[in-house]
Amino acid sequence: MSTSSSTLAPTTNSVELEQPRSGTWDGGNEPFKASYGKLMMWFFLLSDAFTFAAFLTTYGMIRHRNPVYVGDVKDFEFSTAYWPIPEKVFNAFPGFHGVDLPLAFVALMTMILIFSSVTMVLAVEAGHRMDKNDVQKWLLWTILFGATFLSSQAWEWSHFIGGHEEGTLMSDGTMFHGANLAMNQYGPVLFGDLFFFITGFHGTHVFSGVCLLVWAFIATTNGTFEKRGHYEMVEKIGLYWHFVDLVWVFVFTFFYLV
Amino acid sequence: MAANIPTNAQAQGGIGVSVPHTEHEDHLHHDEHHEQSFISKYVFSTDHKVIAKQFLITGIFWAILGGTLSSLFRLQLGWPEATLEWLTPVLGKWVEAGKLNPEFYLALVTMHGTIMVFFVLTAGLSGTFSNFLIPLQIGARDMASGFMNMLSYWFFFISSVIMFSSLFIETGPAAAGWTIYPPLSALPQAIPGSGAGMTLWLVSMALFIVSQLLGGVNYITTIINLRTRGMSMSKLPLTIWSFFLTAVLGLLAFPVLFSAALLLIFDRSFGTSFFLSDIYIAGQALPNTGGSPILFQHLFWFLGHPEVYIVIMPAMGMVSEIMATNARKPIFGYRAMIGSLLGISLLSFVVWAHHMFVTGMNPFLGSVFMFLTLIIAVPSAVKTFNWLATLWRGNIRFTTAMLFSIGFVSLFVSGGLTGIILGNAALDIQMHNTYFVVAHFHLVMGSSAFFGLFAGVYHWFPKMFGRMMDEKLGYIHFWLTFLGVYLVFLPMHYVGIAGFPRRYYSWTGFDTFSQFADLNKFISVAAILAFFAQFVFIFNFFYSIFRGRRATENPWQSNTLEWTTPVVPGHGNWPGAIPAVYRWPYDYSKPGAETDFIPQNVPFSQTQSSNMPYEREMAD
Repeated sequence: MSTSSSTLAPTTNSVELEQPRSGTWDGGNEPFKASYGKLMMWFFLLSDAFTFAAFLTTYGMIRHRNPVYVGDVKDFEFSTAYWPIPEKVFNAFPGFHGVDLPLAFVALMTMILIFSSVTMVLAVEAGHRMDKNDVQKWLLWTILFGATFLSSQAWEWSHFIGGHEEGTLMSDGTMFHGANLAMNQYGPVLFGDLFFFITGFHGTHVFSGVCLLVWAFIATTNGTFEKRGHYEMVEKIGLYWHFVDLVWVFVFTFFYLV
Repeated sequence: MAANIPTNAQAQGGIGVSVPHTEHEDHLHHDEHHEQSFISKYVFSTDHKVIAKQFLITGIFWAILGGTLSSLFRLQLGWPEATLEWLTPVLGKWVEAGKLNPEFYLALVTMHGTIMVFFVLTAGLSGTFSNFLIPLQIGARDMASGFMNMLSYWFFFISSVIMFSSLFIETGPAAAGWTIYPPLSALPQAIPGSGAGMTLWLVSMALFIVSQLLGGVNYITTIINLRTRGMSMSKLPLTIWSFFLTAVLGLLAFPVLFSAALLLIFDRSFGTSFFLSDIYIAGQALPNTGGSPILFQHLFWFLGHPEVYIVIMPAMGMVSEIMATNARKPIFGYRAMIGSLLGISLLSFVVWAHHMFVTGMNPFLGSVFMFLTLIIAVPSAVKTFNWLATLWRGNIRFTTAMLFSIGFVSLFVSGGLTGIILGNAALDIQMHNTYFVVAHFHLVMGSSAFFGLFAGVYHWFPKMFGRMMDEKLGYIHFWLTFLGVYLVFLPMHYVGIAGFPRRYYSWTGFDTFSQFADLNKFISVAAILAFFAQFVFIFNFFYSIFRGRRATENPWQSNTLEWTTPVVPGHGNWPGAIPAVYRWPYDYSKPGAETDFIPQNVPFSQTQSSNMPYEREMAD
């Protein structure tokens, strides 16, 4: 740099003193105080939220196209002519055959999943304290709850597929029990399709989450994260796990409550 | 001239010592001296520059294929009576008794659209330049996750292989149009193209979306977390802003296409009825009830509309950068440029139903979407006026890249004006599904995005390969392409106004269209010539990689950080410390400055003669 041009101000020391600006968004730092891995997880979840939103919109639109049952709840019977009342479809509980327990089992499943979120929080918190034993303990609880949820869902599905004893008279004059992707005894064919598709897509997410948790548990046990000096991986999986829980709240609301 | 500007090393010398290095700046720093095997250097590379070139060359492959397909169907449209026996060696059984098989014609149109929109102008354009320029222009060693970046390319590669292989199966590739509307696409018994070809199409697109997602989260995160010291969001080159918002659009729009594709896969293969209802086919009633094909259109266009901005916004960013550099003027309205990009991004999510005006949607909904659609003209016009004002009284250097940038603006204006007509729900009743629509989107997003792509390749070729592309061949390429594009698409508007429906195999059965047979022939000749003109570019590109004139560090005398790297940057980009940034990227022809450009890494203390009053304070 030629100094001949610097007629306006003395340049002594200014070269040495001058620093680029260093505010939050001025570069050279992490403006959200989050590592790139955590940001990526957040953005992935945002994207995944749009996938689920598309499915739930599909659900809303198709349900809106179907007639609702207008008669008295006492007289409700399954028919392909209108959308069923969820309490009448999901009223079974393992071990209580023939007892009408509307939504009891799915409420239990939801509780289990919410508990798994609590234990996940505790695992992340233990990671902050670098307490390997506690991380292991809470991860194991989360895996246990997650697996229980998946098994419960398997039971729920098999009951849905097997169907109620009485069955429903279909439009072609045959009695049909349970459900598959082409027909079901509870209501319009899309009731079954959407149930399988959306709870299945959510279940796949839970399953992936359990796999990630098992992997994190093994890595914790081997001391991988301890050597690394942080348990950020547990935190990232935690974000994913909470997201999957949150999605369940919406799925639960749409399929069982509304 | 350049002697008065401190070199990179000097600039670092002043500041390098006292600067604490954060961890991410040294990210990958030590990798650069390692000996790498051929496989890890050129095939499974994690270097963003190599991945960018992989995307570019794959994109070129797809572009040649996509162009070839269009030449084939233009042959059919221009000369419906001709005998195409001579194509039998290439097309095999798809030529029957000298005639192109009509089913295959649909497949050609479908694959042309799919290839150009997704594989060339999304993956080839964003994949190349987001990868190449983001780390170089924000001052980072590499992407946040090089590994995920590599996966992004290889998912794209597998997706490409599947899509390519679908061209060779017995029932032919997908043929329901690039928008794959059900029920046509959902029923294998409807057309041969809805058989295995459609399945491969869906699988390929699902993998493509995974690739986009891996790339997208990487671009966004890199821009947020890895900017060098001093590179605030308001000092980012407009290229980076456009790549950033493009990645955001992709991140939010592609998952919805993923949902639609997954539901369609279930309808096709597992007997569900999401998009199917009350269908008779070949005299048989299908059991499906309750589904809605309109639902698919909503889901598809929720991606489909942002997708056109995913295609055009990177081109806009690159054109802004190239234009400022070659007009030797600051970009006019830097903040307005960012604002209009943000505006376009937001609006792109609330206009999708203007593709569906005539589907039987509620007309009131149509007027809402019409209103929102027409608002997009505002940010688009802001951008156009800013480009024109940047050129105004500039000291223009007509490099090939600059020609293509100016060509971009021309095409964007010509194509954009017809968008105002088509965005009108009432006029669309007449215009929908005619060649007017085809002409509109080929100008405004197809050709102009291609021009952005060409501009980018000509401009950044020296940084990619350390050599220059030939200017004379570049001029020939530009003029042939520019004229070719207008000769193809201007007449096409008239054909469209006359009512020619798109996707028709031939119009010889309609008397009313016979007077336009000559015009169609003319369009076909122009299209095929313009396609062959692209081989000038392809020759220039590959010849220059090996034999081009050697480039200097900063051949265009540009301000952005990529030009402070060595001629051919290694893995890690800067051999020493990463330069810090002090100023915006558009200090061209600054009054009082000794040169007509001041790179971003030059502190204000070294440019006292040109500092504005407030900048003088910053220098003290």
